[in-house]
Amino acid sequence: MNGQSIVEQIPALRRYARALTGDSWAADDLVQDTLERACSKWRLWTAGSDLRAWMFTVMHNLFANQLRRATRQGSGSRVDIDDVAHELAAPQANPGLALDLQNCLMRLPQEQRVVVLLVSLEDMSYAEVAQITGVPLGTVMSRLSRARSRLQKLLDAPVRSGEPPAAAADKVSPLRRLK
Amino acid sequence: MDRTIPQPLTEDDIHALVDGQLAPGALVALQARLAHDMAAQATVQKWQQQRAAMRGLHQQILDEPLPATLLAAAHQSAASQQEVNQWWRWGGMAAGVMLAFGVGWFSHMAWHGGAPSPELAQAQAARNFARQASFAHVVYSPEVRHPVEVAAVEQEHLVQWLSKRVGKPLKVPDLAPQGYELMGGRLLPGEAGARAQFMFENAAGTRITLYLGALDKSQAGTDARQTGFQFAPDGPTPSFYWVDQGFGYALAGPVPRGELMQLAEAVYRQL
Repeated sequence: MNGQSIVEQIPALRRYARALTGDSWAADDLVQDTLERACSKWRLWTAGSDLRAWMFTVMHNLFANQLRRATRQGSGSRVDIDDVAHELAAPQANPGLALDLQNCLMRLPQEQRVVVLLVSLEDMSYAEVAQITGVPLGTVMSRLSRARSRLQKLLDAPVRSGEPPAAAADKVSPLRRLK
Repeated sequence: MDRTIPQPLTEDDIHALVDGQLAPGALVALQARLAHDMAAQATVQKWQQQRAAMRGLHQQILDEPLPATLLAAAHQSAASQQEVNQWWRWGGMAAGVMLAFGVGWFSHMAWHGGAPSPELAQAQAARNFARQASFAHVVYSPEVRHPVEVAAVEQEHLVQWLSKRVGKPLKVPDLAPQGYELMGGRLLPGEAGARAQFMFENAAGTRITLYLGALDKSQAGTDARQTGFQFAPDGPTPSFYWVDQGFGYALAGPVPRGELMQLAEAVYRQL
């Protein structure tokens, strides 16, 4: 474990945070907070254990806390992520596949998005994801299932922001739809 | 092949297949079952596409140069973890930045306070001093490999060197009766020139630092340059500080106020 290995974690942390928050500023803020928190929590990291998993755990906890706080401060009313999904990613002149996928990701409940991203983007084992998110393995699997099914429906659906996704069309290659 | 119909794949099977999280033996068995399961094949294909698309997401970020703020934060993390020489200078830089910030902030505060009375200015200067001591403590005391520039084994040299740099004959207090042994010391920048830091550690690994140096004369005023013991609970770590003939002393460390007070008194008696 050395300084270099912390720096080596940053690109992956940034990409994950970007996909998680759907916003590049928020993502780098989250990474910054993660590094600072890691700085103050070094004693909790067991030397020799997996630094990557630990950094992702720190980030996960920060993100979950941020969401809890945002929910509490949301003038007393809970904001469903679905209702604001269209506000979370700025519309772009040339929307493409990535933007579409990111929009759909933002419409997943946070705990499902976390799981599907850690597994797909970061190649984490299910057991690692369970450890990072602090839930049982069975919960990870059910969240992953729900995330993938729901994502598929969102990607398949005729996309119009703010509308509930239509029932899944039974197309097999759905990822080319432009918004 | 016999005619028994293989069990359809469960969702968990499909995930494990898509995510490549199967042992080689299990993979072969699962693929055999998959061959008989059209519905599962369609799902596997969809989710593989989904997974591939997600892996392409924000790919460019991996190749982007890292923002300076993140690098600085990482280096600070590294410095607080203290493992490798190479990162040491980043720690020093972070310390410089923190000190500069502290100094800048307090000069700003002093400036905007109008023209304070000499007493106020002096109290301000002393508080600045305590604050800087506190910063210096939190920056250097977590160091594992480089807590001090000159270790206690070279105590004579250390004292001569720091005395020369801060412009006053220094003496290292003996805190062994309180359970603290000298680790060594280092030279630090202050508003009015060099400052010195001595670090002590007890058997439990708790570190306290004695920070000393001249106060800025322009702030401290020329007369009444003496204060009693003051406790500074704010700042990153608490400290007791006092000023004697324009020369400041601050003892900082993460110990209870009463204990810190006793230590500070022991230091005061010996200096």
